[in-house]
Amino acid sequence: MTGQPLRTPSREPIGLQDRAFENLSFIRRTMESSASMTSVPGWGGVLMGLTALLTAALASRAQGGASWLLIWMAGGGVAFAVGMGSLIRKARASGVQLSRGVGRKFLSALSPPLAAAAVLTGVLYRGDLLDAVAGTWLLLYGTAVLAAGAFSIRIVPAMGLCFMVLGAAAFLTPPAWADAVLALGFGGFHIGFGWVIARRHGG
Amino acid sequence: MAAERKPKEVPDLRTSARREQRLESIAGYWSDAGGAEFDRLVYERIRLGIMSVLAVNESLSFSELRDLLQTSDGNLSVHARKLEAAGYVACRKHFEGRVPKTEFRLTGKGRQALERYLNHMEALIQVTRG
Repeated sequence: MTGQPLRTPSREPIGLQDRAFENLSFIRRTMESSASMTSVPGWGGVLMGLTALLTAALASRAQGGASWLLIWMAGGGVAFAVGMGSLIRKARASGVQLSRGVGRKFLSALSPPLAAAAVLTGVLYRGDLLDAVAGTWLLLYGTAVLAAGAFSIRIVPAMGLCFMVLGAAAFLTPPAWADAVLALGFGGFHIGFGWVIARRHGG
Repeated sequence: MAAERKPKEVPDLRTSARREQRLESIAGYWSDAGGAEFDRLVYERIRLGIMSVLAVNESLSFSELRDLLQTSDGNLSVHARKLEAAGYVACRKHFEGRVPKTEFRLTGKGRQALERYLNHMEALIQVTRG
């Protein structure tokens, strides 16, 4: 007879541990892939809208296309900083990590159309086609919001669609209406949708 | 040259007491009717998927749930009905215009059971790690 133990201590727990690991990682994967990005800042959107209204008022008094474009780009930069700042703040408060999971997907979908809008702005300026800037910005911003909205609450893609429709319509309106159209989109839509998001989705 | 003697390992009483507690909680989970019932139900992956998805979404329609879990209509309805019968999931049927809609959400009992299950799984890993 040998002195071997009847039961090796490692045999039973390994099966249980594997199953527990497998189940936990399955739950985590499923939750991450299905969670909605609820950290879209409502009040941040309202602030972005107010910035756009102020920018439209300043841009309407601009002398020449280059200064008009510069005012709108500066306004856009301020609005972008406000939007990103409030997005990060709300994400932190609700424990959402923007660098992984649904937060990462949201930002990955948002960025390409915005980058395309930046490139096209340069192209339109060099080609002396500033009349097409308002439509291009609204259309591409709408595309970005609609794409990112696939990972967010239902109101976000609806907002993106409104921007896209307004952007398409902007190509048909007289160039003199550009400030009004941009004010309606970046100002009105942000304030309206931002207000609803803030009231229904925690700020 | 004499081989260096390793000091005899003295078991840490606090660690072994904690391990003892975890073992008790694991055993308690399975001997408890609720824990055992949930464990049996979510052994099926689709059911565990339904519970996990609903834990991070307030409510989801039948088609949203089906698309997220990448399963068939028949499969989803069979498994959702089992979770509904156990009281872990609530189902609401209504009309949107003329289109019938079915919405699912996690009940309080379901959320509690999932939390207990997650704690149980974590305890199991900690105990087997030693």
